[in-house]
Amino acid sequence: MTTAREQILGDIRKSLRGDAALPADDAAKLEQRLSNHPAGLIPRRSDGRDRAGLTALFEQQAKLVETSVRRIASLADVPAAVAEYLSSQNLPAGATVAPDKLLDQVPWSERPMLRLRRGKPEPTDQVGVSVAFQAIAETGTLMLLSGAESPSTLNFLPDTHIVILPKSRIVGPMEEALRRLRDWRQAASAGMPRTVNFITGPSRTADIEQKIEMGAHGPRRQHILIVEDDRLA
Amino acid sequence: MIPTSQSFKANAHEALQDTYLQKALDNMRAGFPAKRLDAISRLPEFEDLRDQAKDIKDHTLAHLDWYLERYERNVVASGGHVHWARTAGEARDIVLQICRRLGARSVTKGKSMIGEEIALNDHLEANGIVPVETDLGEYIIQLRHEAPSHIIAPAIHLVKEQVEHTFREVHTALDPKRVLDEPRSLVAEARQILREKFLAADVGVTGANFLIAETGTSVIVTNEGNGDLTQLLPKAHIVLASLEKIVPTLEDAAAIIRVLARSATGQDMSVYTTFSTGPRRPDDLDGPGEYHVVLLDNGRSALLGTEFQDMLRCIRCGACMNHCPVYGAVGGHAYGWVYPGPMGAVLTPSLIGIETAKHLPNASTFCGKCESVCPMKIPLPKMMRHYREREWQKKLSPPAARIGLGLWAFLARRPLLYHWAAGLAARVLGLLGRRQGSFYNLPLAGGWTRTRDMPAPQGKTFQQMWSERRAGKTA
Repeated sequence: MTTAREQILGDIRKSLRGDAALPADDAAKLEQRLSNHPAGLIPRRSDGRDRAGLTALFEQQAKLVETSVRRIASLADVPAAVAEYLSSQNLPAGATVAPDKLLDQVPWSERPMLRLRRGKPEPTDQVGVSVAFQAIAETGTLMLLSGAESPSTLNFLPDTHIVILPKSRIVGPMEEALRRLRDWRQAASAGMPRTVNFITGPSRTADIEQKIEMGAHGPRRQHILIVEDDRLA
Repeated sequence: MIPTSQSFKANAHEALQDTYLQKALDNMRAGFPAKRLDAISRLPEFEDLRDQAKDIKDHTLAHLDWYLERYERNVVASGGHVHWARTAGEARDIVLQICRRLGARSVTKGKSMIGEEIALNDHLEANGIVPVETDLGEYIIQLRHEAPSHIIAPAIHLVKEQVEHTFREVHTALDPKRVLDEPRSLVAEARQILREKFLAADVGVTGANFLIAETGTSVIVTNEGNGDLTQLLPKAHIVLASLEKIVPTLEDAAAIIRVLARSATGQDMSVYTTFSTGPRRPDDLDGPGEYHVVLLDNGRSALLGTEFQDMLRCIRCGACMNHCPVYGAVGGHAYGWVYPGPMGAVLTPSLIGIETAKHLPNASTFCGKCESVCPMKIPLPKMMRHYREREWQKKLSPPAARIGLGLWAFLARRPLLYHWAAGLAARVLGLLGRRQGSFYNLPLAGGWTRTRDMPAPQGKTFQQMWSERRAGKTA
């Protein structure tokens, strides 16, 4: 009996090439295309910008999608910035923080009133703090990877999502972020992470009368802290 | 679902009388096209990006078997499973078997048109498993036992009063005196109810906007984040995808993503673009323990190599229906099956047969707007014309049209006779209509005169006037 797999692939071959196998030359070209993975046309929007220019573009684009952005000088400023943001939103001073190594350097104890927990979120957690792997200036998009230091549910369960973004991680187009993902994978001899989240603003829906409402299922507010310290990778 | 495309005319007539629907369609016509225009005006490269997106898909479709095998290999290498399904029935059973093996009692679902195409919810329900749609629009129509009326905005046919009515009817545990008169309060209530469902689900089912051959990755694009909670929290993530969703590389996906949201909702990027590869890794703190992809054919492989192959480039953005005067007048339900609007007028006969869907390729003014806004440059009007030809060849068109067209074809092939007959008709109608200047009704043209007057000819045909004018000029 022919399996569904054999039949479907057979039907496709028959439709495309009248049952003939793909010529070896063609297959070699396809292999090459995969290994070269050429990037196509990149919009000029993020072209020719230095780090300051990319940061400015990212900030501008992120604000267009209802995200708030604040620049801080170094990781030492994170606790105060988090506490001030939460109080400005009338939120309780507490958060679940990704166990990302970068945040080990943050002097959390300077803000003893901030109740923190490192790890993955519980369903009732109100605030999550994550670290962005990269950020895309072209569209104001954050890129976050799942892993032992970064639970993906932290990006979705809490009502409020605070994301720490070192300035050096801001790139122009999505293709550059993907290139850095490839470099990271090569350095770690790893495959793809289970989940790569590209996040452009807080959750929203327009399913009722085309009226945009924030906070459909994911966070209803997103706050990005850009860390200007150039020593951070 | 059982198609009602056969009764398109009656469906459309009913839709035109539905005041709620007409109000909802007003919202749509005022919204989507302006947002798209705004987004593409901010991206000068948009036209070139369309060409590029088209080329990527054409290349992939021309080598679809090779890319599918590579995709499968990479899904397996990352710990996932690929299940091939020839038909909707096979796809449904694969999902059911996975759910049964895991002892699943409830299944959350992200928005998936393939889920609609294979009627997964009915099948799960019939087998004692509770499916819960989590996209707000899909959730609303699931509660109302309706089909989606739009491929990216499934509840676009409803106004907020109808949603309020439904929520009050179903969410009976909540305070009956609560205020629910604005989209904001309706969204908040759905969020609260569905949060419980996310946490309780045993299996999560999503669709896929893309499948990436290079890495064995599936991609979903959403604004609500429901697709992410659907796949991250349960024991298993099942992806429903038709086989033409393949693209070769991550970069190819990025290139097409640039035209997707702009064409759909007028956003530069949708809020959540998620690349999922395999189940959670041993060190991961969360994520599904199993990852399955159901690859559905259901008639698509038969379109390859035919005049309908271009349809397989479709990325389901909905731009064609957002700009279609017919869809804008009657909404999505009139089309009678899963896929409405211009893309549905081509895809529906491709998947369920021209016999059942013969009205749909005729439900077009051929204004060409759909093709002009399609990010993948799919020649939709041309393909509708091909289906009209098939309808004719299979003798499915109504007898009056066949006789009329047969007569016209007979005359058109005999120019002298044609000119004589046309001249006679112009003279006779010109004489008859001279006094009124138009006809209130006319035998054999009832379809026209029922809703408007037919202007009376001036007594001569265009050809006659043309040759007289030329003679005048040369004289």
